Amino acid sequence: MNNVHLRKVGKIYAGGVEALRDIAFDIPDGAFCVLVGPSGCGKSTLLRMVAGLETITSGEISIGDRAVNDLDPSERDIAMVFQNYALYPHMSVYDNMAYGLRNRKTPKPEIEARVQEAARILEIGHLLDRKPRQLSGGQRQRVAMGRAIVRKPRVFLFDEPLSNLDAKLRIQMRVEIKKLQRTLGITSIYVTHDQLEAMTLADMLVVMNKGNIEQVGPPLQLYERPETVFVAGFIGAPPMNLIELPEGGVAGLALENRPVAPVIVGIRPEHFELAPVGTPAPLGISMQITAIEMVGAETYLYGALDGRGREVIVRVAGKAEQQIGERVTAVAERHNLHFFDPATGRRLAVS
Amino acid sequence: MEKRVTFNGRLLPYMLLAPQLLITLVFFYWPAGQAVWQSFLIEDAFGLSTQFVWFENYQILLSKPDYYRTLAITLTFSALVAFLSLSLALLLAVQADKHIKFASGYKTMLIWPYAVAPAIAGVLWLFMFQPSLGLVSHAIRALGVDWNPVLNPDHAFTLVVMAATWKKIAYNFLFFLAGLQAIPKSVIEASAIDGASPMRRFWTITFPLLSPTTFFLLVVNVVYVFFETFGIIDATTGGGPAKATQTLVYKVYHDGKLGADLGGSAAQSVILMLIVIGLTAIQFRYVEKKVQY
Amino acid sequence: MVQRRSLLDIVPHFILALGVIIIAFPVYIAFVASTWDAATISNGQMPLWPGPHFLENYYRTIFIGTAKTTREPVGIMMLNSFVMAMCIAIGKIAISLISAFAVVYFRFPFRMAAFWTIFITLMLPVEVRIYPTYKIVADLRLLDTYAGLTIPLIASATATLLFRQFFMTVPDELVEASRIDGAGPMKFFVDTLVPLSITSVAAMFVIQFIYGWNQYLWPLLITTSDNMQTIVIGIKKMIVTQDALTEWQIAMATAVLAMLPPVIVVVAMQKLFVKGLTETEK
Repeated sequence: MNNVHLRKVGKIYAGGVEALRDIAFDIPDGAFCVLVGPSGCGKSTLLRMVAGLETITSGEISIGDRAVNDLDPSERDIAMVFQNYALYPHMSVYDNMAYGLRNRKTPKPEIEARVQEAARILEIGHLLDRKPRQLSGGQRQRVAMGRAIVRKPRVFLFDEPLSNLDAKLRIQMRVEIKKLQRTLGITSIYVTHDQLEAMTLADMLVVMNKGNIEQVGPPLQLYERPETVFVAGFIGAPPMNLIELPEGGVAGLALENRPVAPVIVGIRPEHFELAPVGTPAPLGISMQITAIEMVGAETYLYGALDGRGREVIVRVAGKAEQQIGERVTAVAERHNLHFFDPATGRRLAVS
Repeated sequence: MEKRVTFNGRLLPYMLLAPQLLITLVFFYWPAGQAVWQSFLIEDAFGLSTQFVWFENYQILLSKPDYYRTLAITLTFSALVAFLSLSLALLLAVQADKHIKFASGYKTMLIWPYAVAPAIAGVLWLFMFQPSLGLVSHAIRALGVDWNPVLNPDHAFTLVVMAATWKKIAYNFLFFLAGLQAIPKSVIEASAIDGASPMRRFWTITFPLLSPTTFFLLVVNVVYVFFETFGIIDATTGGGPAKATQTLVYKVYHDGKLGADLGGSAAQSVILMLIVIGLTAIQFRYVEKKVQY
Repeated sequence: MVQRRSLLDIVPHFILALGVIIIAFPVYIAFVASTWDAATISNGQMPLWPGPHFLENYYRTIFIGTAKTTREPVGIMMLNSFVMAMCIAIGKIAISLISAFAVVYFRFPFRMAAFWTIFITLMLPVEVRIYPTYKIVADLRLLDTYAGLTIPLIASATATLLFRQFFMTVPDELVEASRIDGAGPMKFFVDTLVPLSITSVAAMFVIQFIYGWNQYLWPLLITTSDNMQTIVIGIKKMIVTQDALTEWQIAMATAVLAMLPPVIVVVAMQKLFVKGLTETEK
């Protein structure tokens, strides 16, 4: 069973800076786990601690029910794909892939077979004699993946492997990584700051912020039921509208059964619907359009509540006939509303 | 600047450093310490007993006009060689930096004297200016000058300056060329658009931007004349005639070879050490300044 | 670049050509002298073109030597110079590579002290500690040996600094990838770091080979026996103040032979030479 357990894992750097606090979650065998969060949230540090490249200050990490805290990276039976690929520039593609196996005294025919197999899967068979500098960015990426595959490790670790590719290639490789991981069925941990990449790749999504875990779960669950304001704002593009309601409410926003205490109300742009003025609804807003973004299949209207105040984004299907400066009304259903405590940032159960 | 990723190892790094440290301690620090220690000692005429005398060796040394003469010769030598080889090298580098045909060919033809040993450079020039059979000597004699570097101190000094300058042009040329190529072309183009003539462009834009390189080379050239011209002098004039071409380093060598005055010789070495430290410190301040750019 | 009319290009061509001629002239004269007989040279009427004695003079120089002054064939001297230059270059590179590796890739007590100990040797050239160093080599009974000739010169702050500088530019991820691939520090050093440093090593080799070949003061002190002489020392001994004794055609052939190896190295490996020179001095 190649599952990964993290128990109360913490990291404090020599200077006293606390990078990670009480990180705990389990990754089941064969799952694709994505760590996502803004830069500096500790996701890469966590990955490198799993790899054994950073020491663990407190807590325990185990791979396949074996605690690995004190093991060297090479003893942990993991393989890693680096952001800059870290291919050995002076070795051929073949040698790059074979190096780790040779260090482990794998028999020669076995190395040959594994490298050829990986090359076949990744379609880089014709590149085996080349040096990394003779390859394109996408080809280097494949070689880095190949180096990981030949090792047949318990766990794959990916450290933002697609961030050095151009947008088109990134989408293509994203699909391939997902397919490959499915086929090989190897437990994977993948770090990215791109929430779209995270949503599309993950079986299990871990959202991190400032050294803490915000929420763990399947991507759709995080989208539909964010447990914190941070997750609500981080998952989804364009982001969820988060409007702080003080006790007295705000102008331009009408909410049925409004809680008495201050609250943050969240509503995704795609859950708004334009409606005539005065339409009764659980939530209604009135805003003046400040900008219009047409992306083809849909249009985003940017506006300010009642002409001033907070910015709100409303999604409209197809093209929009509205003009900048125009005043519109939008409504939303009760089950699409999210409520958060402004003090703690946590989700409120509001009936 | 430090590496983020390091290896663990208690003994290994010390083992890796051991050969280099052993050599520096045995052949650099120990003898340097010896020199300092000996400079405070005076040995009696028979080498039977020594006495600790604090700075007496230095007092004796610095009371001799001979030493100041050698110092003056060394400084004049440095100034002349630095000025001549820097200006000639700059002139050549500016030409070679222009987009002309064969630029890289000229470069190759100008840098190879770097590889010539100073002593060999001395021999080449000695041969040309040898009083009885030198080709150039004959030409000078034909002009009516009684040229004889073997007997005439000024002639000998001129010969040594020429040989030392010849040898250093290649090095200075290379650094000036690298400095010129590092100047953004857009700056030169901007000044051309501002209507500056090529001459004016050089003195108001190129030369000031080149000043870090010039300063660096100035220090290097002084160090070169102080320490590396030993071979040139030994091969051409042997410090003569009448010690007219004797530099500080040559004097240490020469006085020590006679072997009489250990303490005085050590004191000379220590003064030289202080000069190197001073010159190196100047160079560091330059490096620091450059880092700040 | 500011373009000019090509007519004006004559000026730089003229200046550069003049520079090349002046730079090359002494060497050309030396070469010409090495192809004439002693009589033609000593009467001061040597022509400006090569003479008929090229083979004869060089044969004598390499295999027999001068008749009156040094006696030793120059071939032996060249061999000595070559051994010295190679030992110094390879020695300096080897110990500097491992020192830089230790300083950059390990954390240990007295790391910076070790670094400064090496660094400060920049301020202690052999010229300022001539006789005490000579005495140590004498005490160690290394006079007139290759070891005495080379070992004291192979400590190198410049090479250590150059390699340190290069190692700092090697991406950390390569170390991490090596660790994951099961390579320890020495395996990383041999399999990855040294192969990556090959250009720096080659550049350093060019500079240090020339440095070693051109040594003068140190071999002058350390070698006394004729068969340990290097070519740069040998030529000086061929030239004596009594003109009658100096065989100029042999001395000049020796000068040409002494220049040949380092000049070939510089011209053939010009790119590496320029890299080595400009990077170590900064």
